[in-house]
Amino acid sequence: MSDLKEFSVGDIGSRSSECEPALKTEKMALNVGPSHPTTHGVLRLMMQLDGDLITECEPVLGYLHRGDEKIAENMTYNQFVPYTDRLDYLAPLANNVAYALAVEKLAKLEVPERCQAIRVICCELARISSHFLGVGVYGMDAGSWTVFMYTFTEREKLYTLFEELTGARFTTSYTRIGGVARDIPDGWLGRVNSFCKGVIPVLDQVDRMLTRNRIFMDRTVGIGSISKEKAISYGITGPNLRACGIDLDLRKDKPYLGYEKYDFEVPIGVNGDCYDRYLMRAEEIKQSVSIIRQVIGNFPEGLYYAEEAKKIFAPPKAKILTSMEELIQNFMLVTEGPQMPKGEVYFEAENPKGALGFYIVSKGGGVPYRLKIRGPSFCNLSILSELLPGHHLTDTTVILGSLDFVMGECDR
Amino acid sequence: MDFLDYIIPILYALGMMVVFMTMCAYAVLAERKICSLIQGRVGPNRAKIPIISQIPIIGNILTRLGIFHPAADGLKFLFKEEITPKHVRLTYYYLAPIIALAPALTTMVVLPFGRYIDTNGLVQPVVLADIDVGILFILAVSSLGVYGIVLAGWASNSKYPFLGSIRSTAQMISYELAMGLSILPVFLWAAAPGSDYGLSLFGVVQSQKTLWLILWQPISALIFLVAIFAETNRLPFDMAESETDLVGGFHTEYGAFKFGMFFVAEYAHIIMGSALFVLLFLGGWHFLPGISDPWPAGFFGVICSTLWFLLKIFLMIFFFIWMRWSMPRFRYDHVMHLGWKILLPLAIVNFIFYIFVIALIDKISY
Repeated sequence: MSDLKEFSVGDIGSRSSECEPALKTEKMALNVGPSHPTTHGVLRLMMQLDGDLITECEPVLGYLHRGDEKIAENMTYNQFVPYTDRLDYLAPLANNVAYALAVEKLAKLEVPERCQAIRVICCELARISSHFLGVGVYGMDAGSWTVFMYTFTEREKLYTLFEELTGARFTTSYTRIGGVARDIPDGWLGRVNSFCKGVIPVLDQVDRMLTRNRIFMDRTVGIGSISKEKAISYGITGPNLRACGIDLDLRKDKPYLGYEKYDFEVPIGVNGDCYDRYLMRAEEIKQSVSIIRQVIGNFPEGLYYAEEAKKIFAPPKAKILTSMEELIQNFMLVTEGPQMPKGEVYFEAENPKGALGFYIVSKGGGVPYRLKIRGPSFCNLSILSELLPGHHLTDTTVILGSLDFVMGECDR
Repeated sequence: MDFLDYIIPILYALGMMVVFMTMCAYAVLAERKICSLIQGRVGPNRAKIPIISQIPIIGNILTRLGIFHPAADGLKFLFKEEITPKHVRLTYYYLAPIIALAPALTTMVVLPFGRYIDTNGLVQPVVLADIDVGILFILAVSSLGVYGIVLAGWASNSKYPFLGSIRSTAQMISYELAMGLSILPVFLWAAAPGSDYGLSLFGVVQSQKTLWLILWQPISALIFLVAIFAETNRLPFDMAESETDLVGGFHTEYGAFKFGMFFVAEYAHIIMGSALFVLLFLGGWHFLPGISDPWPAGFFGVICSTLWFLLKIFLMIFFFIWMRWSMPRFRYDHVMHLGWKILLPLAIVNFIFYIFVIALIDKISY
């Protein structure tokens, strides 16, 4: 009789460790993805389920691998700009800027103030776009479709602004090494400003639908908690890191593009759970709006490209057609690419998803010898195999949604 | 005359079936239109059918309202390629959608939807079969609907449907209890001493002539409302088909018209749930609480009471849809928690409370 255990309903209900072995049943292997509504792309999760609980999880990447880093070795610096659009395709402008800044750091080139201001607006608009998608899709993952529709209405307005600025709604390819492709259109700043006015009401609507919603809080508070130490050891960056309570924002800590001139707060979380990650994104949108307003309020005059960098930035079209020197300059740029000094450089920028880094090895000339990309989504995803076990299958959706990754950047 | 006696009930039944199925179809349209209203979109406004759509102004307006979309939706399901995966258990695979739809359609038989005054001057319900255990019949038959989902999940022989059907089964069983307990006080009240209605739905409606039960028994109404949301698998509770983690839940492997039947069954359940809630708590076809019915005598009065009843059902359907598009989804274990640890004890306490109150009232008045 000794090996018989007595069960009461309470024991079974609380899944106590003593009774657990007796209740164990067969485990089920479940393959979530590569094509699955919760994975937001082509992520595949190999899971072991015990009932509804995940016991093991192994993410499988690489379904979107395009070999971007190798491609970079076969083209000039400017030709690679369109490829950066396809990294984090929800914030292509921010990628463009980060790449251009990395190459300019290699060339030790400073762009004029007006160009910096344009780039700051681009980065922050991209951040709003990406975070709106993050919050909206997160809402959708939790079952609230309406939030998704609200934020996408705003993103549609953003895309119209992007189209006006760059000529493309989605793949913007706006920056060039040493400047941007063209100056801002007439009245664009005013339209950006009026867009900013509309952002806060939408955020309030989302806030009313989610933030204090009991069902939403039940599903997110305490779910997918990442401790500070874990977050650092897995190299998590961006809002996901700040949600854990670590104050790291490259815009504040290693200011670039003159971010030190602007007054903004960096939201910091407490618990590092899914709920905090949602709050981070919502708050960062507000901060971005405030940065954009500051930039617009004091928009510098001047040139939108570095004029003195004759071997890097192509001169205006009118000059090419009229002046011999500029014609030669343009010809050299098109055939050989922007001329870079020898050297190695690493630059990372605070992108919506985290720190997007470019490591460039140059042997001189117009083509990088080696270009390595540090995709924030890739590092943010690396914690999955540790984060998911112990959660319910349904929690997968909110955890993946709260990590807000983009497979284009993971697989490169 | 014998022959007619057989034919007329069948014609009635067919007539009700047609009305009910049309309501299901337009409930789908209502869902799409109301959802787009909530989300700031336009919603379906393209489908056209020959002749009617070409009438100058009216045709245009009807098209904009999406009036013809249910036809397009239905035809789409009919004409899609009929795909049957190789790995399914065929008999049950085909049986499941039928079992899901049949109970919802069967329950409408005992649903009173209006009232008339017979030759003796008594008020009688307009109903296909006036049985005196109406609510028992509805509870018994509508819970058979879960077999459709269980069978679908099991017969599909695939993991997502399996998980979906397990969740759905657990959920339906746990909410059935709270649902049954929540309506006991209602019948305790309706079957007052001296009345001979027992468990019939007509009796409940008649007892609400002056006071709707939602005002007198709000807790019962609340529990019942939550339970029908859970029973119909609607959004705060749609574990069974939570499309973000289980792809489509129990109907992942179903396509074409088989899926269409599940789809119709869901809306049939909503309409049934709404109708039941209106009958039990919102006074059925009675006008407003405290105001006596203004329905005229004769045939016109029957029409009026039926239309008023339908209007209340539409409001309930609107409520269902409104909820769906403004709520996130529960997690499976939270649903269980809510059902067993909150709703069930609450229903029991509520029941005991009304036992005493009603006994007291009986003591005082007799």
